Amino acid sequence: MTREQRIVETFVELADTMVDDFDVIEFLHLLAERCVELLDCAEAGLLLVDAAGVLRVMASSSERSDALDLLQSQNEEGPCFECYQRGALVSSEDLTGDSERWPTFAPMALQKGFRSVQAIPMRVRGETVGALNLFRASTGRLVEQDLQLGQGMADIAAIALLQERTVREAHGVVEQLQGALSSRVMIEQAKGVLAERAHIGVDAAFARLRAHAREHNLRLSNVARDLIDGHLDAALLGSSTHDASTPER
Amino acid sequence: MPTDRLSVVLREIVEADVDGSASLVDRVCMAAVNLLSLRGAGLSLMVDGELRGTAGVSEPGIAIVQELQLTLGEGPCVDAWTSRAPVLEANLAEPAIVRWPAFAQAGVDAGVLAVFAFPLHLGAIRIGVLVIYRGRSGMLNADEMAYGLVLADMATQVLLALQAGAPADVLHEVLAGEPSHWAEVHQATGMISVQLGVSLDEAFVRLRAHAFAEGLPLRTVAREIVTRRHRFQGPA
Repeated sequence: MTREQRIVETFVELADTMVDDFDVIEFLHLLAERCVELLDCAEAGLLLVDAAGVLRVMASSSERSDALDLLQSQNEEGPCFECYQRGALVSSEDLTGDSERWPTFAPMALQKGFRSVQAIPMRVRGETVGALNLFRASTGRLVEQDLQLGQGMADIAAIALLQERTVREAHGVVEQLQGALSSRVMIEQAKGVLAERAHIGVDAAFARLRAHAREHNLRLSNVARDLIDGHLDAALLGSSTHDASTPER
Repeated sequence: MPTDRLSVVLREIVEADVDGSASLVDRVCMAAVNLLSLRGAGLSLMVDGELRGTAGVSEPGIAIVQELQLTLGEGPCVDAWTSRAPVLEANLAEPAIVRWPAFAQAGVDAGVLAVFAFPLHLGAIRIGVLVIYRGRSGMLNADEMAYGLVLADMATQVLLALQAGAPADVLHEVLAGEPSHWAEVHQATGMISVQLGVSLDEAFVRLRAHAFAEGLPLRTVAREIVTRRHRFQGPA
């Protein structure tokens, strides 16, 4: 399959998930994974701003905690934070030269093996609501076509977020994002519960939760809640086959 | 770029009732009133898995309207609790859909023409509801809605910190948003709930209490738990 075919397939896949029983958390994870596959980057992350104006991590291409740490540290400074503030693309082609610009973020990113980064704004109705972070292991930047594709992915993510109607009578962007943020917290809690019950790591726990949701056509957040409420037996959430199928990144 | 709502809300809470002896929870309600030009605000807490008890009010007169909902078993407070989503009524006197026949009358009699209820929760942890009452009809605009959500978030943090026995000098940090929205904190909460055989909100309180007792940032303790360098031991 050519890359073009894969791109078309990706957009169709994303559009398909934006119907009926839409699972925004799963969608955002899928988007992050596809970014890594289609664009020349090693990791991708999606951040959203909450009602207080604080950037929150919504999804990452892999659940490696270090990737998430990195993104979250950008709450204070970093390309994602700048991108959100300016509502425009922020790029660093070589992080080794950025220790003055981003004294906390740059050294940490380099330590994790990232050499360059591009942050693309997510905008909804003229408002910047977050950013898509693309981390690369080599210097340089994405070619123009990739940047355009990345902006397209960011735009789709922004539209998708407005689909989540968990708030009755929602009439603003802020309330609609709250549902997604709340689901995200619940999923993190469920990861901890499952990790402890099944004696596995939180990454493996997340893989099992996602696999179960997909297999049974359920929303991730509903699976999380059922597990937490005791309506779902941890033992039903699979076995080593799921863990083995989690790609190592 | 939205204004720094967190700082604005924090300042309102700190400055509300400076000379008085209002509790922190009451001050959250007062801050809501000042910020959003409200008739009043009230906060109800969960006790033993059920919503009851008024934890705070902006003024004593509002307590009656807040508590009435629990007595009647109807109202925006009750609906927000069960639905886990904000419940917004812009026209209590002539609602588009009649949801609370008994409560609406009582509310209007008390001078309330619009009411907005925000559940207080942290993921699957539910602890109560913040209700704000307006003396004129009309929906919250986008900015007011955002402030409502920030106030609800702060109320959640305050209540959980108080339950964890937070010393007074640390509450300021709590309000300033010592981040409890980091993934590890929620993961650790889940793990502790299994380790101790308790509910998530009890687990979170224990996590927070441990951090206060050790003088460590919440996130550091959470990381110790998630990396399994530290476990909470259940009763033998």
